Amino acid sequence: MGTGDAVGVQMAHALAAGMNGMRAAGDLVARMQMTRGMRLQEAKLFVADRLGVSPRDLSDSVVMQEVRSEFGIGRLSDFEMECVGEATAMEAKFNIAELLDLPINCVQRFRGRVHSLRGDRAGGVS
Amino acid sequence: MDGKVVTRMGDGSCVERTRDELRADLEDGAEQGARRAKASSLTAGEIDHLLEIFASEARMTGVPIGDEVVLSCDGTVDLLSAKLDSLTQAELAGGDLCELALEDYSYKAVKTVVPTEQRRLQEAQYRLTIPVQYGAQADLGRYSVPDGPVPNWSQLLPEARVDEARAAQEEAASESEGDMYRVAEAMWEAGADGVNFDTAGAAGDADFLAVLNTVRRLRAAFPDLSIEVGMASEFVLGMHGELEFDGVRLAGLWPVDQLRLVQEAGATIFGPAVNINTGRTVAWNVARAIAIIKPCMDAASIPVHVNAGMGVGGVPMHPYPPIDAVSRASRAFVEILRIDGL
Repeated sequence: MGTGDAVGVQMAHALAAGMNGMRAAGDLVARMQMTRGMRLQEAKLFVADRLGVSPRDLSDSVVMQEVRSEFGIGRLSDFEMECVGEATAMEAKFNIAELLDLPINCVQRFRGRVHSLRGDRAGGVS
Repeated sequence: MDGKVVTRMGDGSCVERTRDELRADLEDGAEQGARRAKASSLTAGEIDHLLEIFASEARMTGVPIGDEVVLSCDGTVDLLSAKLDSLTQAELAGGDLCELALEDYSYKAVKTVVPTEQRRLQEAQYRLTIPVQYGAQADLGRYSVPDGPVPNWSQLLPEARVDEARAAQEEAASESEGDMYRVAEAMWEAGADGVNFDTAGAAGDADFLAVLNTVRRLRAAFPDLSIEVGMASEFVLGMHGELEFDGVRLAGLWPVDQLRLVQEAGATIFGPAVNINTGRTVAWNVARAIAIIKPCMDAASIPVHVNAGMGVGGVPMHPYPPIDAVSRASRAFVEILRIDGL
């Protein structure tokens, strides 16, 4: 909500003070804030501990590209850096849910739907 | 530059200020903010720190490496395509989460196209790794005549029909709560990571009450749902005047008391908003906003993401806010307040 309205504002904030999303580990810290309501420092320490890096590394795109690849938690794929063979979005979120011990809604629903194709509804959410 | 630095007014236009003039702006902004919010003013050290940020001639500034914060967003539909916008957030803008939103950013409007929005959200989740939330506004005014079924309290109040105006707002709030809950429930079913109630309190205390009641119901029903509440302004207008939540009168609440109620209701992220004065410098506005928001930081048990989009949080009221102003506001909030996000 914070960065609001014109997308140029978001970009300026990202350059000045942002954790860089999937380029680094901002999405993981955001998940701890969103789902667990953790304050920033607690969320950073939790994620850093799970990844085996320092809190400072969480905003470092160079460090995090290797770490994200190692843990299979998704990397940005673009023209210059096609991440062929690496986890795509839903696959990455399965791994993130396990890594952070988080119930990710769309992952649980995906799992439930796949199970339902086999006649087994275990794993779905209400 | 003859001892002057280029800085900005709240409308984004350039002005020149000496260091002494900037310091005076910072001190006055902090003092006025503190007085309005009945909070402590900023310390001399904090004013010095802000002066260091605003007296720089650099085009852009930033926080120290390692001090970065989470960036959330609200209703950024600049590309007029929710799918493209969410991809932009993920891949270009460095967003840590993204938000799907209808161009008509109102839960009342969304409820008419819920299946379409559910499908868009479901597909976005297949494409995106970063968290995806759904956002809109309570937008209470839309429930009043001529846009909705409820008598228009803005017409009733000038005629001194206070009881009717209050009853109309209560009815609108009830309608709004139903719509917000149904949309949020539908988005959860579609796989959303969270929902965002943006510009809460925009139509006054009844608007804020509708959001708080909805948050409480959602938290009880969906324990893992992320719920952001972003405020419309620094002060809850008492359009009704007598509404309460958990025994607290909503009219006249400043950010720290807004935060306490948002926490009690069960939200996971709070976004205080302090409006900009376009006739004062960005330095003055940032100092004022920091003084108003500062009490939140000790009272918060949930993350605080300061609203710093166009026209709030020291960001100039212009559709293309200049990078120098935005980056200074960004750095100031992070370094002085130790916020959890923007």
